[in-house]
Amino acid sequence: MRLVLDLFTIVTVSAGVFFFLAGTVGLLRFPDALTRLHALTKADNLGLGLVVVGLLPRADGVLGALKLISIWLLVLLASATVSQLIARVARRNVSA
Amino acid sequence: MGLGFEIGLVVLVLGLATWTIVARETFAAVVGFATYGLLLALVWVRLSAPDVALTEAAIGGGLTGTLLLGAAARLRATEAAAAAERPGAQLRLVAAVLSATVTAGLAAAVLFLPDPAPTLAPAAAANAAATTLGNPVTNVLMAFRAMDTLLEKVVLLLALVGVWSLAPDRLWGGHPGPRHEADPQGAFAFLARLLPPPGIVIGIYILWVSADHPGGAFQSGTILAAMWMLVMMAGLADTPPVSRRLLRLALIAGPLVFLLVGLGGLWLGDAFLAYPVAYAKALILAIEFPMILTIAVTLGLLLAGPPERERER
Amino acid sequence: MSTATVFGLCAAVAAGLGTYGLITNPQPLRKILAFNLLGSGVFLFFGVVARRGAAAGFGGDPVPQALVITGMVVAFSATALAVALLLRLFQATGSATLRPDAPASADSNRTDA
Repeated sequence: MRLVLDLFTIVTVSAGVFFFLAGTVGLLRFPDALTRLHALTKADNLGLGLVVVGLLPRADGVLGALKLISIWLLVLLASATVSQLIARVARRNVSA
Repeated sequence: MGLGFEIGLVVLVLGLATWTIVARETFAAVVGFATYGLLLALVWVRLSAPDVALTEAAIGGGLTGTLLLGAAARLRATEAAAAAERPGAQLRLVAAVLSATVTAGLAAAVLFLPDPAPTLAPAAAANAAATTLGNPVTNVLMAFRAMDTLLEKVVLLLALVGVWSLAPDRLWGGHPGPRHEADPQGAFAFLARLLPPPGIVIGIYILWVSADHPGGAFQSGTILAAMWMLVMMAGLADTPPVSRRLLRLALIAGPLVFLLVGLGGLWLGDAFLAYPVAYAKALILAIEFPMILTIAVTLGLLLAGPPERERER
Repeated sequence: MSTATVFGLCAAVAAGLGTYGLITNPQPLRKILAFNLLGSGVFLFFGVVARRGAAAGFGGDPVPQALVITGMVVAFSATALAVALLLRLFQATGSATLRPDAPASADSNRTDA
């Protein structure tokens, strides 16, 4: 059982890291601010979600697991708002 | 595995530090500095100092980054003039030699640190029974070196008075900072309505849990200050006028309670800031709650700056 | 070469970089930034000393850690005061430079001091 859980953690966290890598590649290669924001927000949030899911078996108790999930939700909220704000400024700069 | 993770982290941290120094635009340099602060928090975790990691992430990365970003935005007009003042090769050489000396000196100090390292950890562990708290750093901050913490609060207040004193005479007592406006239906106002309630709960939780787990009053106060700044920056509330009595009461509440408990220790116990063992934990909590109020208000006002608008009367 | 030593060398380089930036960069805001970098290097040095003092079941010596926490808060308040001074200089003279012979620009808004 321990082995299965550890394997699950390794696989999910690696998948999360892959999504972070994809988001970074998007940041470096996409042409303008809006597409870069899209790559960052989508890929990084999914990557963080996978990392959190992968760490759940190692959390200490239900409370620890709930704290990990609430971290993910807070990051989701903050990054969604910030990407909206940046996108609004970016669109204004492009059309100006 | 060995030191692979540590070396990778150090390479990232130093790369960001270099970027902060050599970046052309101030805005880019400040962003690099904020990221540097966050990665430095990881370094602190690897050094087994989670309390310090929380403080670095909150104050070093978050608050300092916000402060410097705001200043960089206001000073954008001076960027062009600064380009004309580029230092010559001679100054750069002297600076490089001086920095290399500083680095070499510190590196030598690191490599030749005494080998059975002198430590106060056994003393801290032996005296932990005096406060029945589990977190040794909280013990040191609030019991063994409580005088430092009291004086530090006074230093914060002095810095705030210093910042306020930079206002022109006719604006004394007015509202710090500009009046922020944001679309009340927009994303920012939504965040400023949604985040503060759980943010305040998390802030107080970090204080409550600091008795036995990593956390602390300064980290807690910083989170509360950040929630307050969020509400003010989204335009949901205005910065309070500096002459408001309630504000000034909140500012002195922390040091005042601390001082009263300290004098109580002098009167009822052995020395200034001595806690009787039976009441130690309760006294420390009684000090810490006004303390986070003061820290939150002081940090928020330090970020807001000197008064810029007259008080409407 | 232990963990603490690696981070100690990192602290030394960060302090050196901060010193270099403090001396060479002409803009006061960049100097404040470099000063913060220098300060964080020094705090990291404290952290290394604390880590080496691990004993009695703790991961590190708690006294230097408490000193660093205090130091970080004081450093922030000093930075806030420095930034406020800089912004006031900009407001009063229209330029944010430390050169003693800088002329006040024509459109500087001289507020009553």
